[in-house]
Amino acid sequence: MEWFKRKPAPPPTERKEIPDGLWTKCNSCGEIIYVRELEKDLWVCRTCSFHFRIRSTDYMDILLDADSFTEYDVGLLSLDPLQFKDSKKYPDRIAEARKKTGRNDAVIAGIGAIDGRQVSFAIMDFSFVGGSMGSVVGEKIARAIERSLDRQVPLIIVSCSGGARMQEGILSLLQMAKTSGLLARLSETKIPYISVLTNPTTAGVMASYASLGDVIIAEPGALLGFAGRRVIEQTIGQKLPENFQTSEFFKDHGFLDKIVHRHELRKTVALLLDYLSQ
Amino acid sequence: MAAGGFYLEFEKPIIELEKKIREMKEFSSGGGVELNSEIISLERKLEKLQSEIFSKLSRWQRVQLARHPKRPYTLDYIQLIFSDFLEIHGDRGYADDKAVICGFGKLEGEKVLIVGQQKGRDTKQKLERNFGMMHPEGYRKALRLMRTAARFGRPIVIFIDTPGAFPGVEAEERGQAEAIARNILEMFKLQVPIVIIIIGEGASGGALGIGIGDKVMMLENSWYSVISPEGCAAILWRDNAKAPDAAEALKLSAPDLMQLKVIDKILPEPTGGAHRNHQLAAQIIKGELLVSLEELKQLSTEELLRRRLEKFRAIGIYDEI
Repeated sequence: MEWFKRKPAPPPTERKEIPDGLWTKCNSCGEIIYVRELEKDLWVCRTCSFHFRIRSTDYMDILLDADSFTEYDVGLLSLDPLQFKDSKKYPDRIAEARKKTGRNDAVIAGIGAIDGRQVSFAIMDFSFVGGSMGSVVGEKIARAIERSLDRQVPLIIVSCSGGARMQEGILSLLQMAKTSGLLARLSETKIPYISVLTNPTTAGVMASYASLGDVIIAEPGALLGFAGRRVIEQTIGQKLPENFQTSEFFKDHGFLDKIVHRHELRKTVALLLDYLSQ
Repeated sequence: MAAGGFYLEFEKPIIELEKKIREMKEFSSGGGVELNSEIISLERKLEKLQSEIFSKLSRWQRVQLARHPKRPYTLDYIQLIFSDFLEIHGDRGYADDKAVICGFGKLEGEKVLIVGQQKGRDTKQKLERNFGMMHPEGYRKALRLMRTAARFGRPIVIFIDTPGAFPGVEAEERGQAEAIARNILEMFKLQVPIVIIIIGEGASGGALGIGIGDKVMMLENSWYSVISPEGCAAILWRDNAKAPDAAEALKLSAPDLMQLKVIDKILPEPTGGAHRNHQLAAQIIKGELLVSLEELKQLSTEELLRRRLEKFRAIGIYDEI
């Protein structure tokens, strides 16, 4: 009864960034893969379908028509309203992230097209302070929703985030309210919102706009959830199920509409837009 | 009361002086003039001591006050503020989450829905109330009843007092993130005035899941933040004992939030904190509820909802070049 056995999901642990050598080893099955080939396969292992973490710009290449994207709100910059300092000062942390990623914050937003259909598109970038949501991310997402409303075009948000950005305290928490409030307005129109979840999408982002799509899809094996694994283990001293907080777990419990292989991502989103657009 | 003789470390000098005054009063009940003047001078000293300690509370001290085991909880306020309270249970989907209380009540005759997280006083109650930590069905129960209230034109009064949404396996299985997100979105659509008062702890998504309203106010010694001081300390310093430092860093006190333009008003507490005088704390809240609801009732539904969205739309501090 082979079909009866469920394929165990890869452990939702921290995965390596994109490899830069000639050969690399699959994090899940251990297969040695030629990097050029992996790149051609959109960073999905041919043997076990493990999805490597990719850059936000890679997703834009996968999802959007070539040269269709215009970025907006590039000039939004984080300030330090709490004068927050842990091991580093918050402004230093931001400066480092900007240098490392060449981006101003953890989300890129603008107008693009999918199969010629204009969309308001926003994508989060985990490499920028864990994709965390502070005032800038919240404002950019808010404006992306407003662009959908103004232009009457579908909204697509690709999430990838550890949650609200602690260094901006309560202001980060309330970005959940800001974004969800605008989605409340969108939900009263006939403009579709597709929420695409990638590895990982958790906490404050998961408990706001990521969970509010008309359709919510995710890549296989992504870490999805509200509370962190460590917090749950500490709070309740329970052993956590093997596939806990994965895409598969979320879908099984009815909170994810569809798991979509990266190779099918563009086609699926395009088809959804076709079904839902006026 | 289970919390019997409990006091916080910084309350100790006050408690001791009070005890001394009480003893002297008992001793002097026969009436010696000399002793009476002594008592009066001690009472003055007490007043001075109290204002000294409470005028410069650290953020961590406020967190401790917000968690004081004698602090009034949602049910205490319900009893002291509303009449004819009628509790309604269950989310009609899975269960009745006892960490949140929902029901109708009358505020000087005005019929309202009351929603509030409830903590327990003794161990049995604490477990029954799950320490005020809601599961998804709690958020769904609150939303179901808020929709009912909106349909029948009843304003909504919300008391926030939670150390966080429950982080557990079942909570994840039943969609904690979805439940909170859904509530936040739907609360922007409720066509009745919503007044929110943070009475104790306002921890993260657990608080925000019933935290969208037209007026958001905080009691003087409550806190509201993206994460608890302990959670923040565990992540950033890998040490729960650094919670007092985290409380400072997070700027989670009512004055901080007023400055960050996140709340509308700070409600003063009785001298020494709300736990020293439940009656007075309730009176202060009641007065504010009456004023706020009267004010909000003047607005058309359209105006009410437009302002509600604008209020949260405006939150955030950033630069734009």
